[in-house]
Amino acid sequence: MDSHTLAAQTGEIGHVEHEHPPFLRHHFENVAQQREAATFGMWLFLLTEIMFFGGLFCAYLIFRNWYYPAFVAGSHSLHIWAGTLNTTLLIVSSFTMAMAVHAAEVRHRKPLLAWMIATIILGCGFLCVKAYEWHDEWVEHHVPGLNFNPATLEHGTKAYPDDNLAPDMAQKTSIYFSLYFAMTGMHALHMIIGVSLLTFLLIRAWGGAYTSGHIAPVENFGLYWHFVDIVWIFLFPLLYLISRHQ
Amino acid sequence: MEQQHEHHHHLPHLELGPSEPTHTQFHIVSPKTYLIIGACLLIFTASTTAISYVDLGEFNAVVALAIACIKATLVVLFFMHVKYSSKLTKLTVACGFFTFLVLITMTMTDYISRAWGRW
Repeated sequence: MDSHTLAAQTGEIGHVEHEHPPFLRHHFENVAQQREAATFGMWLFLLTEIMFFGGLFCAYLIFRNWYYPAFVAGSHSLHIWAGTLNTTLLIVSSFTMAMAVHAAEVRHRKPLLAWMIATIILGCGFLCVKAYEWHDEWVEHHVPGLNFNPATLEHGTKAYPDDNLAPDMAQKTSIYFSLYFAMTGMHALHMIIGVSLLTFLLIRAWGGAYTSGHIAPVENFGLYWHFVDIVWIFLFPLLYLISRHQ
Repeated sequence: MEQQHEHHHHLPHLELGPSEPTHTQFHIVSPKTYLIIGACLLIFTASTTAISYVDLGEFNAVVALAIACIKATLVVLFFMHVKYSSKLTKLTVACGFFTFLVLITMTMTDYISRAWGRW
């Protein structure tokens, strides 16, 4: 029987040929093709995100070379332990998210829920450490536009007594902190969006979604989460590490 | 399977074969692989922090960024499954990173070919 006859009989074009799962959209040939298209689209989105963060990284590199002493002094004021702790939290959260995708692939509901909850907790842990750091910078008057005081950076600190900046160079540390807040702020916004989306996925997964073959939402959220991890993998050395001995 | 075949008969241009760039066998990465990659990433994190306490002059930045690139590559290949993905996904990711590098290189070339701080 040809498909036109069948379509006329059922009155439902697209549903005629074969059985398919309810989540398969009609314009896709099969589940694999639908999943592939979703992954392709997700990567295109992530590439625009790479360009977006890339612009900030580029600005950071140029200004760091331009106002080198100011950027070194600014970097010295950060807590290296906080950056290392946050990097660790994010890497472990990437691992737990990868395991959540695996649980969805092998259709195990309880492990999927457990790995998702672990990822949410680790993401919130990251945001807490970040909030602690931002509070510290507020207390030290290092927030440009709100309470920035360059005098706090003219004379060395206990850890770095040689950081003596001329007043005009100390003023330029505001560029370091502007970029610091722009980059860590945009990254934290991505984390907040990520935790919110994952909470939504968790509620859906609680009801049994994503463990019956329809794993694209979990898989593509995983891609997003790992991307946010990669941004931090570069922010950590640039902001915290590379100026320690300069 | 018979019905599937008939469907393809009517829409031959949509037929997906092994030679199709979007053709993919979805590979389930094992938890063991994730564990090994996760452990490697944590070891690299500890190393990069430890190395930052050693005075290497100019090379502190080079080493830290090299370790960051290795970590990012591990995440992209294994956690993001690109190693196991279709040619389409691999090409998309490669093109994206290549374009990104072109943009960064062109911008930096412009800046470093001028006198720093005097334009």
